[in-house]
Amino acid sequence: METLWFVLIALLWLGYLFLEGFDFGVGMLLPVLGRDNAERRVMINTIGPVWDGNEVWLIVAIGATFAAFPGWYAALLSAAYLPLTLFLIALIGRGVAFDYRGKVESARWRKAWDTVIIVGSWTATLCVGLLISTTVLGLPIDANGDRVGSPFAAFRLDTIVGALAFAGYALVHGAVFTALKTEGEIRERARRVALTLAPVALLPLIALLAIVAGLWAGVVVLVLAAAMWRLLLNRDGQSFALMGLAIAASVAILFGSLYPNVLPSTLNDAWSLTVANTASSPYTLQVITWVAGFGTPAVLVYQGWTYWVFRKRIGVRHIPVH
Amino acid sequence: MDVLELARWQFGITTVYHFLMVPLTIGLSLLVAGMQTAWVRTGNERYYKMTKFWGKLLLINFAMGVVTGIVQEFQFGMAWSAYSRFVGDVFGAPLAMEGIVAFFVESTFLGLWIFGWDKLPKKVHLACAWAFSLATMASAYFILAANSWMQHPVGIELHDGRPRLTSIWAVLTNNTVLAAFPHTIAGAFAVAGAFLVGIAAWHLYKKSEEERVWRSSLKLGTWVGVVAFAGLAISGDLQGKLMFEQQPMKMAAAEALCHTEQPASFSVFAYGDVRRPDCENVKSITVPALLSFLAHNDFSSEVKGIQDLVPMYQEKYGEFYPVDERLGELSGKPIDYVPALPVTYWGFRLMIGFGGISAGLGVLMLWLTRKNRTPTGWWFPALGLAGIATPFLANSFGWIFTEMGRQPFVVVPNPSGVDGVWMFTAQAVSASTPGEILTSLIALTTVYSVLAVVEFYLIRKYVRGGIPGVLPQKTDDGALAFAY
Repeated sequence: METLWFVLIALLWLGYLFLEGFDFGVGMLLPVLGRDNAERRVMINTIGPVWDGNEVWLIVAIGATFAAFPGWYAALLSAAYLPLTLFLIALIGRGVAFDYRGKVESARWRKAWDTVIIVGSWTATLCVGLLISTTVLGLPIDANGDRVGSPFAAFRLDTIVGALAFAGYALVHGAVFTALKTEGEIRERARRVALTLAPVALLPLIALLAIVAGLWAGVVVLVLAAAMWRLLLNRDGQSFALMGLAIAASVAILFGSLYPNVLPSTLNDAWSLTVANTASSPYTLQVITWVAGFGTPAVLVYQGWTYWVFRKRIGVRHIPVH
Repeated sequence: MDVLELARWQFGITTVYHFLMVPLTIGLSLLVAGMQTAWVRTGNERYYKMTKFWGKLLLINFAMGVVTGIVQEFQFGMAWSAYSRFVGDVFGAPLAMEGIVAFFVESTFLGLWIFGWDKLPKKVHLACAWAFSLATMASAYFILAANSWMQHPVGIELHDGRPRLTSIWAVLTNNTVLAAFPHTIAGAFAVAGAFLVGIAAWHLYKKSEEERVWRSSLKLGTWVGVVAFAGLAISGDLQGKLMFEQQPMKMAAAEALCHTEQPASFSVFAYGDVRRPDCENVKSITVPALLSFLAHNDFSSEVKGIQDLVPMYQEKYGEFYPVDERLGELSGKPIDYVPALPVTYWGFRLMIGFGGISAGLGVLMLWLTRKNRTPTGWWFPALGLAGIATPFLANSFGWIFTEMGRQPFVVVPNPSGVDGVWMFTAQAVSASTPGEILTSLIALTTVYSVLAVVEFYLIRKYVRGGIPGVLPQKTDDGALAFAY
């Protein structure tokens, strides 16, 4: 039962990284791919109907961790206090920015919110990467699960590689998504940016996987290479799917190597948090299994339907002229 | 300040702030869904315009509710990790359910509603509005079930010194949440009602375009407000009676009732300091025997006072905090079982008072605009706009009362439940440094302040813009009904 929930939480993170990964990427690339206001509006509208739903994957991943592994939730969130504060502020900023950007007809107003979207997307994706690599690579925690030492304990060379890993992935993933969802000049630009950035931007992810699991990183290298090759051949959809496969493989490798730990202690192996010593009671796990069993398929259906409703590519010609 | 104080201020500020957006979101989204239903069923353009106008204000507010809500999901673990470990087996489940059952529906269908105006068939689009508005209600239910469990722990056994869930059904049907939910929802409708009334009154006074839109909105708002007040009074009375049983100290503190009385009188207004330890000296205007009736439906029943409750609490839950370095200054010190009386006493009265003013204003507005009249004095819109604040204030004071009234506990012991399940607030905080909490407290408060100004500015802008400001622009091929 604990193992099932460990897998489910890994899947929730996968959902989050795959979905919000591209809307982070779109936000990060706003100044690069969107040369003027109309182009930026095209980009924001590709994610407009879905970014909030994507973000709920995070809320549910965190909520499910609280319900299934309270000890993990308590230790990780309190230990990574400062990066999480930064993360929350970034999420608040960009969430409001999407909604408020177009609500006042003023170039200065839009520019201010564009800045919030860009900075917020970069900051948030770096923080997610830091958080996930921290839980995989461990923290100096004591027998009680409390952090020993500096509030900056989560900032280490390896976790910073982790932060860059997800930022780099989101950057390329966002560009591929933009290529898939737009038409005309933006699409061309997005493809070019994805192909140019990929060799550099995807390196930290490979590095992180190599640190954690050695040669297994090679699997992800192959998938990512295939994604870029399909993009080169103008097969945007296949490329996007392969980017999804790459993050799925990465999450599998990261969480697979973490199991049965959930948050290793870098001080003493005996103090590491594991699925066994942090899990809720079998009854509680059973309750949330029922809820997730009925709820999650429904979520997949109606979120899938949303993507289908908004499946058309958009371009500058769809943006009303003011 | 120490970690405990900082963390309490942070939780208080972020939660009260979040709950400024939440009731407006819940109340207004259901009213907007209702307006859209009226439009789809009758084809009357007036209802379409109402949907568009109030829907726009709803969206501006919704965004803030969503982003400030993310903080809530994280801060139990960040600042209250000892609490999270202690209650995790019980408390996490309703939170996870809220995410899976409510938040996914809310966010996905809101996105469909915003962008789906021309893409979806009318009725499907309408169904999206109902989906997200009902999901906001469902979300309120789960989080209130979690909060009610902290006020009245049920459905558990004690295992290794921690509560362990034995019945999720008991948690979800806790009598505390069955009373708190209607009270909170009625409070949300009171907010939405006053919002409609205030803004519609201003437009009527300004003689804006679409007079009938404003008249319908005002009428709807007043009736919603009046019915909500009735709901608040009934559910509040139920809640009060439960609280006398479940948390006698909280109710004694709400009344600043020093000594046990039989029959007990209800204090309407106190003069002199409502401050411990001189609660002996408080003089107040009272209604004889009313408190007995509020507590037990019986004018001659006994109500326990603070001075008599303290020894009972000491006997049951201990006189001293355990000796534990994590408790800081409080380690080994006597436990103070009396909540901050000025906060509970005045919080309770301000909640009832502002709620009453809000309902009274609703009735007054209904009468002032009878038979299509519109008063011409400036005081008319001023009254309406000022009235918007009253249910917000009532909600905030109600929550401040109910959360401060359970101190020093974070999980209040259930007098008729499993022994040994309670937690003092002082034991609940994380092993963080004060600097961490102070950093987030300053950062979040700053961001929230800026956003409050922005939201107020945007709402004012769209209120002033009236109907023409919210009707969609047509695109060449209508591909995008609404573009960000």
